[in-house]
Amino acid sequence: MKHLLSVDDLSRDDIDMLFATAADMHDVQNREVKKLPALRGRTVVNMFFEDSTRTRSSFEIAGKWLSADVINVSAKGSSASKGESLRDTVLTVCAMGVDGLVIRHPASGAALQVSEWVDASVVNAGDGMHEHPTQALLDAYTLQRRLGSLEGRHVAIIGDLTHSRVFRSNVQCLTKLGARVTAVAPPTLMPSGIGAWSDAAGFETSYDVDAVLPEADAVMMLRVQRERMSGAFFPSAREYTVGYGLTRNRLALLGPDVPICHPGPMNRGLEIAADAADAAQSAVLEQVSSGLAIRMAVLYHLLAGESEGGIA
Amino acid sequence: MPAPDKADHPARDTSPERADRTVLDARDISRALTRISHELLERNKGANDLVLLGLHTRGVPLARRIADKIAAVEGTPVAVGELDVTMYRDDLRSQPTRRAHKTALPPGGIDRKVVVLVDDVLFSGRTIRAALDALADLGRPSAVRLAVLVDRGHRELPIRADHVGKNLPSALAERVSVHLSEVDGTDEVTIS
Repeated sequence: MKHLLSVDDLSRDDIDMLFATAADMHDVQNREVKKLPALRGRTVVNMFFEDSTRTRSSFEIAGKWLSADVINVSAKGSSASKGESLRDTVLTVCAMGVDGLVIRHPASGAALQVSEWVDASVVNAGDGMHEHPTQALLDAYTLQRRLGSLEGRHVAIIGDLTHSRVFRSNVQCLTKLGARVTAVAPPTLMPSGIGAWSDAAGFETSYDVDAVLPEADAVMMLRVQRERMSGAFFPSAREYTVGYGLTRNRLALLGPDVPICHPGPMNRGLEIAADAADAAQSAVLEQVSSGLAIRMAVLYHLLAGESEGGIA
Repeated sequence: MPAPDKADHPARDTSPERADRTVLDARDISRALTRISHELLERNKGANDLVLLGLHTRGVPLARRIADKIAAVEGTPVAVGELDVTMYRDDLRSQPTRRAHKTALPPGGIDRKVVVLVDDVLFSGRTIRAALDALADLGRPSAVRLAVLVDRGHRELPIRADHVGKNLPSALAERVSVHLSEVDGTDEVTIS
Protein backbone atom coordinates (compact mmCIF):
# COMPACT_ATOMS: atom_id res chain seq x y z
CA MET A 1 0.00 0.00 0.00
CA LYS A 2 1.32 3.38 -0.94
CA HIS A 3 -1.05 5.69 0.96
CA LEU A 4 -2.91 5.69 4.25
CA LEU A 5 -6.21 7.38 3.47
CA SER A 6 -8.71 5.36 5.44
CA VAL A 7 -8.80 2.69 8.12
CA ASP A 8 -10.87 0.78 5.61
CA ASP A 9 -7.70 0.28 3.52
CA LEU A 10 -6.06 -1.68 6.34
CA SER A 11 -6.51 -5.37 6.99
CA ARG A 12 -6.40 -6.80 10.49
CA ASP A 13 -2.87 -8.04 9.72
CA ASP A 14 -1.81 -4.56 8.62
CA ILE A 15 -3.09 -3.11 11.89
CA ASP A 16 -1.31 -5.79 13.92
CA MET A 17 1.91 -5.09 12.04
CA LEU A 18 1.60 -1.33 12.59
CA PHE A 19 0.98 -1.92 16.31
CA ALA A 20 4.02 -4.20 16.57
CA THR A 21 6.19 -1.60 14.86
CA ALA A 22 4.69 1.14 17.03
CA ALA A 23 5.63 -0.81 20.15
CA ASP A 24 9.26 -0.71 19.02
CA MET A 25 8.97 2.97 18.15
CA HIS A 26 7.51 3.60 21.60
CA ASP A 27 10.72 2.31 23.16
CA VAL A 28 12.67 4.95 21.24
CA GLN A 29 10.88 7.64 23.31
CA ASN A 30 12.72 6.41 26.41
CA ARG A 31 16.13 6.53 24.82
CA GLU A 32 18.69 9.23 25.26
CA VAL A 33 19.13 9.42 21.48
CA LYS A 34 15.59 9.55 20.10
CA LYS A 35 16.51 9.03 16.50
CA LEU A 36 16.49 6.18 14.02
CA PRO A 37 18.08 6.46 10.59
CA ALA A 38 15.34 4.58 8.72
CA LEU A 39 14.05 7.53 6.63
CA ARG A 40 17.36 9.29 6.09
CA GLY A 41 17.22 11.10 2.75
CA ARG A 42 13.42 11.08 2.57
CA THR A 43 11.42 14.30 2.63
CA VAL A 44 8.02 14.59 4.28
CA VAL A 45 5.79 17.64 4.00
CA ASN A 46 3.03 18.26 6.52
CA MET A 47 0.34 20.27 4.75
CA PHE A 48 -2.22 21.50 7.23
CA PHE A 49 -5.13 23.46 5.87
CA GLU A 50 -6.82 23.34 9.28
CA ASP A 51 -5.50 24.29 12.70
CA SER A 52 -3.81 21.55 14.63
CA THR A 53 -1.38 21.24 17.52
CA ARG A 54 -0.95 17.61 18.39
CA THR A 55 -1.39 15.91 15.02
CA ARG A 56 0.97 18.25 13.21
CA SER A 57 3.65 18.19 15.91
CA SER A 58 3.24 14.45 16.24
CA PHE A 59 3.82 13.89 12.52
CA GLU A 60 6.69 16.36 12.57
CA ILE A 61 8.46 14.69 15.48
CA ALA A 62 7.71 11.22 14.05
CA GLY A 63 9.35 12.15 10.76
CA LYS A 64 12.31 13.78 12.47
CA TRP A 65 12.91 10.87 14.83
CA LEU A 66 13.05 8.65 11.76
CA SER A 67 15.64 11.05 10.28
CA ALA A 68 13.43 12.30 7.45
CA ASP A 69 13.62 15.94 6.41
CA VAL A 70 10.30 17.44 7.49
CA ILE A 71 8.77 20.75 6.56
CA ASN A 72 5.40 22.17 7.54
CA VAL A 73 3.10 24.10 5.26
CA SER A 74 -0.05 25.61 6.68
CA ALA A 75 -2.85 27.34 4.83
CA LYS A 76 -2.22 30.53 6.74
CA GLY A 77 0.99 31.99 5.43
CA SER A 78 1.08 29.83 2.29
CA SER A 79 -0.01 30.63 -1.23
CA ALA A 80 -3.32 28.94 -0.46
CA SER A 81 -4.26 32.13 1.39
CA LYS A 82 -3.66 34.04 -1.85
CA GLY A 83 -6.23 31.93 -3.59
CA GLU A 84 -4.05 29.16 -5.01
CA SER A 85 -5.99 25.95 -5.54
CA LEU A 86 -5.30 22.84 -3.48
CA ARG A 87 -4.12 21.06 -6.63
CA ASP A 88 -1.63 23.76 -7.52
CA THR A 89 -0.32 24.02 -3.95
CA VAL A 90 0.16 20.26 -3.70
CA LEU A 91 1.73 19.90 -7.13
CA THR A 92 4.10 22.79 -6.41
CA VAL A 93 5.30 21.22 -3.19
CA CYS A 94 5.62 17.78 -4.75
CA ALA A 95 7.65 19.19 -7.62
CA MET A 96 10.38 19.75 -5.01
CA GLY A 97 10.95 16.01 -4.72
CA VAL A 98 8.77 15.16 -1.77
CA ASP A 99 8.42 11.49 -0.76
CA GLY A 100 5.60 11.78 1.75
CA LEU A 101 2.70 14.19 2.08
CA VAL A 102 0.75 14.38 5.33
CA ILE A 103 -2.41 16.29 4.64
CA ARG A 104 -5.17 17.76 6.76
CA HIS A 105 -7.97 19.53 4.99
CA PRO A 106 -11.46 20.72 5.94
CA ALA A 107 -13.00 19.01 2.90
CA SER A 108 -13.98 15.36 3.22
CA GLY A 109 -12.19 13.33 0.55
CA ALA A 110 -9.35 15.84 0.10
CA ALA A 111 -6.62 13.32 0.95
CA LEU A 112 -7.96 10.80 -1.54
CA GLN A 113 -8.12 13.48 -4.20
CA VAL A 114 -4.54 14.59 -3.49
CA SER A 115 -3.30 11.00 -3.70
CA GLU A 116 -4.58 10.90 -7.28
CA TRP A 117 -2.57 13.98 -8.23
CA VAL A 118 0.86 13.16 -6.83
CA ASP A 119 3.51 10.43 -6.83
CA ALA A 120 4.33 10.89 -3.15
CA SER A 121 2.81 8.70 -0.44
CA VAL A 122 -0.15 10.48 1.10
CA VAL A 123 -1.22 10.16 4.73
CA ASN A 124 -4.66 11.43 5.65
CA ALA A 125 -4.25 13.49 8.83
CA GLY A 126 -7.95 14.35 8.93
CA ASP A 127 -10.23 15.26 6.05
CA GLY A 128 -13.29 17.22 7.04
CA MET A 129 -15.87 15.07 8.79
CA HIS A 130 -14.69 11.96 6.97
CA GLU A 131 -11.68 10.12 8.42
CA HIS A 132 -8.66 10.44 10.69
CA PRO A 133 -7.00 7.05 10.39
CA THR A 134 -3.89 7.65 12.49
CA GLN A 135 -6.05 8.93 15.35
CA ALA A 136 -8.10 5.73 15.20
CA LEU A 137 -4.95 3.63 15.14
CA LEU A 138 -3.45 5.44 18.11
CA ASP A 139 -6.69 5.18 20.08
CA ALA A 140 -6.95 1.46 19.46
CA TYR A 141 -3.24 0.99 20.17
CA THR A 142 -3.58 2.88 23.47
CA LEU A 143 -6.58 0.79 24.50
CA GLN A 144 -4.87 -2.42 23.46
CA ARG A 145 -1.89 -1.55 25.66
CA ARG A 146 -4.22 -0.81 28.58
CA LEU A 147 -6.64 -3.70 28.14
CA GLY A 148 -4.36 -6.37 26.69
CA SER A 149 -6.64 -7.20 23.79
CA LEU A 150 -9.68 -5.52 22.27
CA GLU A 151 -11.35 -8.79 21.38
CA GLY A 152 -14.83 -8.74 22.92
CA ARG A 153 -14.17 -5.52 24.87
CA HIS A 154 -16.93 -2.93 25.03
CA VAL A 155 -15.91 0.57 23.98
CA ALA A 156 -18.34 3.46 24.42
CA ILE A 157 -17.80 6.40 22.05
CA ILE A 158 -19.66 9.39 23.40
CA GLY A 159 -20.18 12.88 22.03
CA ASP A 160 -20.55 14.81 18.82
CA LEU A 161 -20.70 11.91 16.40
CA THR A 162 -22.10 13.89 13.49
CA HIS A 163 -19.07 16.12 13.06
CA SER A 164 -16.45 13.57 14.09
CA ARG A 165 -14.04 12.01 11.63
CA VAL A 166 -12.40 10.37 14.64
CA PHE A 167 -15.64 8.52 15.32
CA ARG A 168 -15.90 7.22 11.75
CA SER A 169 -12.33 5.93 11.71
CA ASN A 170 -12.53 4.57 15.24
CA VAL A 171 -15.62 2.49 14.59
CA GLN A 172 -13.87 0.79 11.68
CA CYS A 173 -10.64 0.23 13.56
CA LEU A 174 -12.14 -1.00 16.82
CA THR A 175 -14.59 -3.39 15.18
CA LYS A 176 -11.79 -4.78 13.00
CA LEU A 177 -9.91 -5.56 16.20
CA GLY A 178 -12.92 -7.39 17.63
CA ALA A 179 -14.21 -4.72 20.01
CA ARG A 180 -17.90 -4.12 20.66
CA VAL A 181 -18.68 -0.46 20.09
CA THR A 182 -21.60 1.56 21.38
CA ALA A 183 -21.96 5.06 19.96
CA VAL A 184 -23.71 7.47 22.29
CA ALA A 185 -24.92 10.96 21.37
CA PRO A 186 -27.94 13.19 21.67
CA PRO A 187 -30.37 12.62 18.79
CA THR A 188 -29.30 15.91 17.19
CA LEU A 189 -25.65 14.83 17.04
CA MET A 190 -26.33 11.30 15.84
CA PRO A 191 -25.29 11.13 12.13
CA SER A 192 -28.17 10.74 9.72
CA GLY A 193 -28.45 7.19 8.40
CA ILE A 194 -26.54 5.77 11.36
CA GLY A 195 -29.12 3.01 11.71
CA ALA A 196 -28.19 1.35 8.43
CA TRP A 197 -24.51 2.05 9.00
CA SER A 198 -24.47 0.54 12.48
CA ASP A 199 -26.27 -2.55 11.18
CA ALA A 200 -23.71 -2.97 8.41
CA ALA A 201 -20.65 -2.16 10.52
CA GLY A 202 -21.81 -4.09 13.56
CA PHE A 203 -21.97 -1.47 16.29
CA GLU A 204 -24.72 -0.28 18.60
CA THR A 205 -26.16 3.15 19.25
CA SER A 206 -27.68 4.67 22.35
CA TYR A 207 -28.97 8.00 23.63
CA ASP A 208 -28.44 7.00 27.26
CA VAL A 209 -24.94 7.59 28.63
CA ASP A 210 -25.81 6.46 32.13
CA ALA A 211 -27.01 3.09 30.88
CA VAL A 212 -23.90 2.47 28.77
CA LEU A 213 -21.13 3.64 31.12
CA PRO A 214 -21.43 0.94 33.82
CA GLU A 215 -20.80 -1.85 31.31
CA ALA A 216 -18.05 -0.15 29.30
CA ASP A 217 -14.49 -1.50 29.30
CA ALA A 218 -13.27 1.79 27.84
CA VAL A 219 -14.75 5.23 27.23
CA MET A 220 -13.88 7.53 24.38
CA MET A 221 -15.16 11.07 24.73
CA LEU A 222 -15.44 13.21 21.60
CA ARG A 223 -15.13 16.95 21.39
CA VAL A 224 -18.19 19.05 20.70
CA GLN A 225 -17.08 20.62 17.43
CA ARG A 226 -18.80 23.96 17.64
CA GLU A 227 -16.73 25.32 14.76
CA ARG A 228 -18.40 22.82 12.42
CA MET A 229 -21.91 23.47 13.65
CA SER A 230 -24.05 25.60 11.39
CA GLY A 231 -27.03 25.65 13.72
CA ALA A 232 -28.04 24.90 17.27
CA PHE A 233 -27.61 21.20 18.03
CA PHE A 234 -28.35 21.49 21.74
CA PRO A 235 -30.02 24.20 23.81
CA SER A 236 -27.03 25.14 25.95
CA ALA A 237 -23.59 23.97 26.98
CA ARG A 238 -24.96 23.29 30.45
CA GLU A 239 -27.67 21.06 29.07
CA TYR A 240 -25.19 19.13 26.94
CA THR A 241 -22.96 18.54 29.96
CA VAL A 242 -25.86 17.33 32.06
CA GLY A 243 -27.04 14.98 29.33
CA TYR A 244 -23.84 13.72 27.75
CA GLY A 245 -20.75 15.05 29.53
CA LEU A 246 -18.40 12.79 31.48
CA THR A 247 -19.07 14.55 34.74
CA ARG A 248 -17.71 13.78 38.19
CA ASN A 249 -20.89 11.81 38.98
CA ARG A 250 -20.61 9.75 35.81
CA LEU A 251 -16.94 9.09 36.50
CA ALA A 252 -18.12 7.18 39.56
CA LEU A 253 -20.08 4.84 37.26
CA LEU A 254 -16.82 3.64 35.69
CA GLY A 255 -14.59 0.96 37.11
CA PRO A 256 -11.21 2.25 38.31
CA ASP A 257 -9.40 0.50 35.46
CA VAL A 258 -11.65 1.71 32.65
CA PRO A 259 -9.51 3.93 30.43
CA ILE A 260 -10.88 7.34 29.48
CA CYS A 261 -9.76 8.57 26.07
CA HIS A 262 -10.24 11.91 24.36
CA PRO A 263 -8.64 12.79 21.03
CA GLY A 264 -8.22 16.41 22.11
CA PRO A 265 -8.44 19.26 22.23
CA MET A 266 -10.69 18.89 25.26
CA ASN A 267 -13.49 21.28 26.15
CA ARG A 268 -13.07 20.91 29.89
CA GLY A 269 -16.35 21.37 31.67
CA LEU A 270 -18.35 20.71 28.49
CA GLU A 271 -17.92 17.13 27.26
CA ILE A 272 -15.43 16.13 29.95
CA ALA A 273 -15.03 17.32 33.53
CA ALA A 274 -11.58 18.16 34.81
CA ASP A 275 -11.93 15.31 37.33
CA ALA A 276 -12.31 12.83 34.48
CA ALA A 277 -9.65 14.39 32.25
CA ASP A 278 -7.11 14.26 35.07
CA ALA A 279 -8.26 10.98 36.64
CA ALA A 280 -5.68 8.25 37.21
CA GLN A 281 -7.44 6.15 34.60
CA SER A 282 -7.33 8.92 32.00
CA ALA A 283 -5.37 7.86 28.91
CA VAL A 284 -5.33 11.30 27.30
CA LEU A 285 -1.60 11.94 27.56
CA GLU A 286 -0.81 8.32 26.82
CA GLN A 287 -2.77 8.81 23.58
CA VAL A 288 -0.35 11.58 22.66
CA SER A 289 2.76 9.46 23.15
CA SER A 290 1.05 6.51 21.44
CA GLY A 291 0.24 8.85 18.56
CA LEU A 292 3.89 9.55 18.03
CA ALA A 293 4.71 5.85 17.98
CA ILE A 294 1.85 5.09 15.59
CA ARG A 295 2.84 7.90 13.22
CA MET A 296 6.43 6.73 13.24
CA ALA A 297 5.20 3.24 12.37
CA VAL A 298 2.97 4.58 9.57
CA LEU A 299 5.72 6.74 8.04
CA TYR A 300 8.17 3.88 8.34
CA HIS A 301 5.91 1.39 6.58
CA LEU A 302 4.92 3.81 3.83
CA LEU A 303 8.32 5.33 3.14
CA ALA A 304 11.17 3.10 4.27
CA GLY A 305 10.93 0.30 1.75
CA GLU A 306 11.27 0.25 -2.00
CA SER A 307 8.71 2.36 -3.80
CA GLU A 308 6.29 -0.53 -4.31
CA GLY A 309 6.76 -1.57 -0.67
CA GLY A 310 4.89 -0.42 2.39
CA ILE A 311 1.98 -2.11 3.99
CA ALA A 312 0.77 -4.88 1.72
CA MET B 1 4.10 -8.11 3.91
CA PRO B 2 7.54 -7.70 5.49
CA ALA B 3 10.48 -9.48 3.95
CA PRO B 4 12.68 -11.86 5.91
CA ASP B 5 14.91 -10.22 8.46
CA LYS B 6 18.28 -10.38 6.91
CA ALA B 7 18.87 -9.93 3.25
CA ASP B 8 22.53 -10.72 3.70
CA HIS B 9 21.53 -14.21 4.72
CA PRO B 10 20.16 -15.63 1.52
CA ALA B 11 20.86 -18.30 3.83
CA ARG B 12 17.54 -19.60 4.87
CA ASP B 13 16.14 -20.75 1.63
CA THR B 14 14.84 -24.25 2.10
CA SER B 15 13.76 -24.89 -1.47
CA PRO B 16 13.28 -28.62 -1.88
CA GLU B 17 15.31 -28.94 -5.08
CA ARG B 18 18.51 -28.07 -3.21
CA ALA B 19 20.39 -30.94 -1.60
CA ASP B 20 21.08 -29.86 1.98
CA ARG B 21 24.27 -31.06 3.66
CA THR B 22 24.37 -30.89 7.42
CA VAL B 23 27.55 -29.21 8.60
CA LEU B 24 26.65 -28.89 12.29
CA ASP B 25 24.18 -31.08 14.15
CA ALA B 26 22.66 -30.38 17.56
CA ARG B 27 25.65 -31.71 19.46
CA ASP B 28 28.10 -29.76 17.29
CA ILE B 29 26.11 -26.57 17.91
CA SER B 30 26.09 -27.20 21.65
CA ARG B 31 29.83 -27.86 21.68
CA ALA B 32 30.53 -24.73 19.63
CA LEU B 33 28.47 -22.60 22.01
CA THR B 34 30.21 -24.16 25.03
CA ARG B 35 33.58 -23.26 23.52
CA ILE B 36 32.45 -19.71 22.74
CA SER B 37 31.19 -19.36 26.34
CA HIS B 38 34.56 -20.41 27.73
CA GLU B 39 36.42 -18.15 25.30
CA LEU B 40 34.26 -15.22 26.37
CA LEU B 41 34.94 -15.89 30.05
CA GLU B 42 38.64 -16.25 29.43
CA ARG B 43 38.86 -13.11 27.34
CA ASN B 44 36.76 -11.11 29.81
CA LYS B 45 38.43 -12.66 32.87
CA GLY B 46 35.05 -13.69 34.25
CA ALA B 47 31.48 -12.63 33.66
CA ASN B 48 31.67 -9.19 35.29
CA ASP B 49 30.13 -6.37 33.27
CA LEU B 50 29.36 -8.75 30.42
CA VAL B 51 26.20 -8.10 28.38
CA LEU B 52 25.15 -10.51 25.64
CA LEU B 53 23.02 -8.87 22.95
CA GLY B 54 21.38 -11.31 20.55
CA LEU B 55 20.61 -10.02 17.06
CA HIS B 56 17.15 -10.88 15.81
CA THR B 57 16.08 -13.46 14.96
CA ARG B 58 18.35 -16.39 15.69
CA GLY B 59 21.00 -14.45 17.54
CA VAL B 60 18.56 -14.01 20.44
CA PRO B 61 18.23 -17.70 21.39
CA LEU B 62 21.96 -18.17 20.78
CA ALA B 63 22.74 -15.35 23.24
CA ARG B 64 20.43 -16.95 25.80
CA ARG B 65 22.10 -20.34 25.37
CA ILE B 66 25.56 -18.83 25.79
CA ALA B 67 24.36 -16.95 28.88
CA ASP B 68 23.03 -20.20 30.36
CA LYS B 69 26.34 -21.93 29.76
CA ILE B 70 28.30 -19.06 31.32
CA ALA B 71 25.95 -19.02 34.29
CA ALA B 72 26.46 -22.76 34.75
CA VAL B 73 30.23 -22.28 34.85
CA GLU B 74 30.37 -19.07 36.88
CA GLY B 75 27.34 -19.62 39.09
CA THR B 76 26.02 -16.10 38.45
CA PRO B 77 23.51 -14.92 35.85
CA VAL B 78 24.71 -12.97 32.82
CA ALA B 79 22.80 -10.00 31.41
CA VAL B 80 21.12 -10.78 28.09
CA GLY B 81 19.32 -8.41 25.74
CA GLU B 82 17.86 -8.31 22.25
CA LEU B 83 18.94 -5.96 19.51
CA ASP B 84 17.01 -5.22 16.34
CA VAL B 85 18.94 -3.49 13.60
CA THR B 86 16.18 -3.17 10.99
CA MET B 87 16.05 0.63 11.16
CA TYR B 88 19.81 0.85 10.76
CA ARG B 89 20.15 -1.31 7.66
CA ASP B 90 21.66 0.29 4.58
CA ASP B 91 19.40 -1.62 2.21
CA LEU B 92 16.01 -0.52 3.55
CA ARG B 93 15.14 1.22 0.32
CA SER B 94 16.00 -1.67 -1.95
CA GLN B 95 13.77 -4.18 -0.17
CA PRO B 96 10.09 -4.35 0.67
CA THR B 97 9.44 -2.83 4.09
CA ARG B 98 10.81 -4.99 6.86
CA ARG B 99 9.06 -5.51 10.11
CA ALA B 100 11.06 -4.31 13.07
CA HIS B 101 11.55 -6.48 16.14
CA LYS B 102 11.98 -5.62 19.75
CA THR B 103 15.13 -4.09 21.13
CA ALA B 104 15.43 -4.84 24.84
CA LEU B 105 18.44 -3.95 26.89
CA PRO B 106 19.03 -5.60 30.26
CA PRO B 107 18.13 -3.40 33.27
CA GLY B 108 21.69 -2.22 33.82
CA GLY B 109 21.94 -0.89 30.25
CA ILE B 110 25.13 -1.13 28.23
CA ASP B 111 27.11 1.90 29.40
CA ARG B 112 30.62 0.89 30.49
CA LYS B 113 29.76 -2.78 29.89
CA VAL B 114 31.48 -5.28 27.61
CA VAL B 115 28.82 -5.93 25.00
CA VAL B 116 28.99 -9.15 23.01
CA LEU B 117 26.90 -9.10 19.87
CA VAL B 118 25.67 -12.61 19.12
CA ASP B 119 24.42 -13.69 15.69
CA ASP B 120 23.96 -16.92 13.82
CA VAL B 121 25.78 -16.27 10.52
CA LEU B 122 28.44 -13.72 9.70
CA PHE B 123 28.34 -13.02 5.97
CA SER B 124 28.66 -9.58 4.35
CA GLY B 125 29.10 -7.82 7.70
CA ARG B 126 26.35 -5.31 6.97
CA THR B 127 24.13 -6.55 9.77
CA ILE B 128 26.98 -6.05 12.22
CA ARG B 129 27.67 -2.57 10.85
CA ALA B 130 24.01 -1.74 11.45
CA ALA B 131 24.28 -3.22 14.95
CA LEU B 132 27.26 -1.02 15.76
CA ASP B 133 25.28 2.04 14.64
CA ALA B 134 22.32 0.96 16.77
CA LEU B 135 24.59 0.46 19.79
CA ALA B 136 25.93 3.99 19.43
CA ASP B 137 22.36 5.29 19.86
CA LEU B 138 21.72 3.10 22.88
CA GLY B 139 24.75 3.86 25.00
CA ARG B 140 28.51 3.66 25.24
CA PRO B 141 29.87 0.21 26.01
CA SER B 142 33.48 -0.06 27.18
CA ALA B 143 34.06 -2.67 24.46
CA VAL B 144 32.04 -4.44 21.80
CA ARG B 145 32.81 -7.99 20.71
CA LEU B 146 31.22 -10.26 18.17
CA ALA B 147 30.33 -13.93 18.56
CA VAL B 148 28.81 -15.90 15.70
CA LEU B 149 27.86 -19.52 15.25
CA VAL B 150 28.99 -19.65 11.62
CA ASP B 151 31.38 -17.45 9.67
CA ARG B 152 30.82 -18.10 5.98
CA GLY B 153 33.12 -15.40 4.61
CA HIS B 154 32.36 -12.97 1.75
CA ARG B 155 32.76 -9.87 3.88
CA GLU B 156 31.87 -6.56 2.23
CA LEU B 157 33.04 -4.48 5.19
CA PRO B 158 36.13 -4.61 7.42
CA ILE B 159 34.41 -6.59 10.18
CA ARG B 160 35.73 -9.69 11.94
CA ALA B 161 34.24 -11.94 14.60
CA ASP B 162 36.02 -12.40 17.93
CA HIS B 163 34.43 -15.77 18.61
CA VAL B 164 33.37 -18.19 15.88
CA GLY B 165 31.58 -21.51 16.31
CA LYS B 166 32.58 -22.77 12.87
CA ASN B 167 34.39 -21.24 9.94
CA LEU B 168 32.53 -22.41 6.88
CA PRO B 169 34.17 -21.30 3.65
CA SER B 170 31.36 -21.24 1.11
CA ALA B 171 30.71 -20.21 -2.45
CA LEU B 172 28.55 -17.12 -2.88
CA ALA B 173 25.93 -19.22 -4.63
CA GLU B 174 25.72 -21.63 -1.72
CA ARG B 175 23.17 -21.15 1.00
CA VAL B 176 23.90 -21.59 4.67
CA SER B 177 20.85 -22.27 6.83
CA VAL B 178 20.85 -22.15 10.61
CA HIS B 179 17.97 -23.85 12.34
CA LEU B 180 17.50 -23.51 16.09
CA SER B 181 14.96 -25.39 18.15
CA GLU B 182 13.54 -22.18 19.69
CA VAL B 183 12.65 -20.83 16.23
CA ASP B 184 12.64 -23.76 13.85
CA GLY B 185 12.03 -26.75 16.09
CA THR B 186 15.40 -28.33 15.38
CA ASP B 187 19.11 -27.62 15.88
CA GLU B 188 21.05 -27.87 12.66
CA VAL B 189 23.27 -25.91 10.28
CA THR B 190 23.05 -26.93 6.64
CA ILE B 191 24.69 -25.83 3.41
CA SER B 192 23.17 -26.32 0.00
